[in-house]
Amino acid sequence: MVEIRWHGRGGQGAVTSVEMLALAAIEEGKFAQGFPSFGPERRGAPVVAFNRIDNKQIKVRSGIYKPDVVVVLDPSLIGLVNVTDGLKDDGILVVNTTKSPDEVKKEMKFPGLVATVDAAKIAREELGVPITNTTMLGAVMKATHLVKMESAESPLKERFGRLAPRNIKAMARAYDELKIAKAA
Amino acid sequence: MSKRIGMEIALAAAEAVALCKPDVVAAYPITPNTHVPEHLSDIVAEGRLDAEFICVESEHSALSACCGASGAGARSFTATSSQGLAYMSEIIPIASSMRLPVVMIVGNRALSGPINIWNDQSDIMYQRDSGWISMFAANGQETIDMAIQAFKIAEHRDVMLPVNVNLDGFQLTHVVEPMEMPDQKEVDSFLPPFKPIATLHPDKIVSMGTLGLPEIFNETAKSKDEILKDSRRVILEVWKEWEEKFGRKYEPIEACEARGSDVLLMTLGSMGETAEVAVEEARKDGISVGLLKLKLWRPFPFEELRKAVKGCKVLAVLDRAVSYGGPGGPVFSEVRSAFYDMQERPVVINEIIGLGGRDVPVSDFRKIIEKSVQAIKTKPEEEYEIFGVRGS
Amino acid sequence: MKKKKKWPEDWQDLNPGCMVFEPGSAREYHTGSWRAERPIFDESKCIRCGVCYIFCPEGCISQNKNGYFEADLDYCKGCGICAHECWPRAIKMIEEG
Repeated sequence: MVEIRWHGRGGQGAVTSVEMLALAAIEEGKFAQGFPSFGPERRGAPVVAFNRIDNKQIKVRSGIYKPDVVVVLDPSLIGLVNVTDGLKDDGILVVNTTKSPDEVKKEMKFPGLVATVDAAKIAREELGVPITNTTMLGAVMKATHLVKMESAESPLKERFGRLAPRNIKAMARAYDELKIAKAA
Repeated sequence: MSKRIGMEIALAAAEAVALCKPDVVAAYPITPNTHVPEHLSDIVAEGRLDAEFICVESEHSALSACCGASGAGARSFTATSSQGLAYMSEIIPIASSMRLPVVMIVGNRALSGPINIWNDQSDIMYQRDSGWISMFAANGQETIDMAIQAFKIAEHRDVMLPVNVNLDGFQLTHVVEPMEMPDQKEVDSFLPPFKPIATLHPDKIVSMGTLGLPEIFNETAKSKDEILKDSRRVILEVWKEWEEKFGRKYEPIEACEARGSDVLLMTLGSMGETAEVAVEEARKDGISVGLLKLKLWRPFPFEELRKAVKGCKVLAVLDRAVSYGGPGGPVFSEVRSAFYDMQERPVVINEIIGLGGRDVPVSDFRKIIEKSVQAIKTKPEEEYEIFGVRGS
Repeated sequence: MKKKKKWPEDWQDLNPGCMVFEPGSAREYHTGSWRAERPIFDESKCIRCGVCYIFCPEGCISQNKNGYFEADLDYCKGCGICAHECWPRAIKMIEEG
């Protein structure tokens, strides 16, 4: 089982990210959970959301404390919250930032795999707004190989309707433009 | 044909209710149950469900509207949580005493105060003695299934009682996961149209909700008790039919690795799933432990419980509510009363966990298993405890 | 004559939800027996406004063919609300007996 924690700000769509990733995995016949950090919705406040993905039925229904993967939707959260808290040393850190993965790796002193992409730029260019939740789906898929990108297309179409093609393109660009610094 | 879907459980619950074609939905939004009526109102607005969606101004009105509608012969549905359920309190025992088969989904949440929007089961325990059939889902699939079963059980001519289907707030309501969703044809063949005993119609006049004088009140109480107890027969029948049709088995108490285990945990609702993981882990470590998942809360399955604990030495009952100043948790209270006349009965301990959204990871269940194993030798001094409470 | 039972004998005899299937069963109960005072209607003062009819909690006041009001003494409990509300003071309560 792979456990993922997403960091974002209220209103940036972290909950949509976990939903889309869970649905993509389910689309492939896998088992998955997607859930928010339970509680009231607070626009702008740092929030987290979670995924569990497995090939067999998932029974655990508690919070995630030792994630295998951490995704950061908003680079301004680094320093504000401890995004690598509990992240396994052999885990994966995926960050939306203009910085290179090596820079982030050094800054965060994280021994595992670090991947970065300028998702804000992609989102601005493709969607016209710097909301990176769908864009970062592509980055996560490339970094983790958990789910195929095509599997996210139908859930994205269902959710975004006529805006789906632009979101799918943003996702695909992040997949292609992701830069990876291998684990030491 | 059923279809495998991925969906937030609250939305899936609404979809399942829509498949039952209620005539009237009256509900007021409240966290964490909001998505259930919200999605049903979408389904009605999209024209997928021909129902009257009544936007009431309170939960008291929601259930009142459902009672009126049900009395008029309409299949009626509502949904709520916590304070909303408490606000329905006045109408809740009226629905059951008038034998109105309203179905309600409760997204379980702590009762205030302090104000808390997170999960525990204190809201429904507060309504324990109101004469409703009450069942608990452990996951999304059970939520869908029970929502559909609920209408059939409620509307059975020998039952005619309201049913509440409980799912843990957030822990279930807000989780996206895979489920099998039956299709309309399957549900239609399972669930016949609602045939009320009588309807509020001027062509054939009846009075409902009449005064009950002291001369008949004992008899009305006896009748309520007997009919609720007898509903067990219908519940088992409906569950059997469900298993034959959909291949998923339902029992008042689902046992996992229970036979021959020294220690048993007993859970209600979604904590059963995480507990199962802990039990599997502990068994790999050579600990003789099993699990009982209670699904049917009212009518309480006394017989099944007595059978399920045969040979077990310690039963740890996990509650998600406190009966303040009383015996501990409400499930614990029932369990101990069930065992009083048994010659050979297990030591029963009570751990009250996960109040107001306090997370209970697998490691906590492991600690409870450890404590239960110790209780085989020495019975703990405290009859119950609020697990992990600071300062004790 | 077989005496009609006032209420079901055993719990099994109760109708589901204590529903009452015969309409107008309240009519069988003659609340007039509760009365200590009866209303007397003075047609010379009555303006036929109907306020007594509206306020009667028993619903036992009705209009006769001349347009004046009278109480059905089988049901009138003698509460005196009609006399209290009648502003032309056409209704007086007098002691029974």
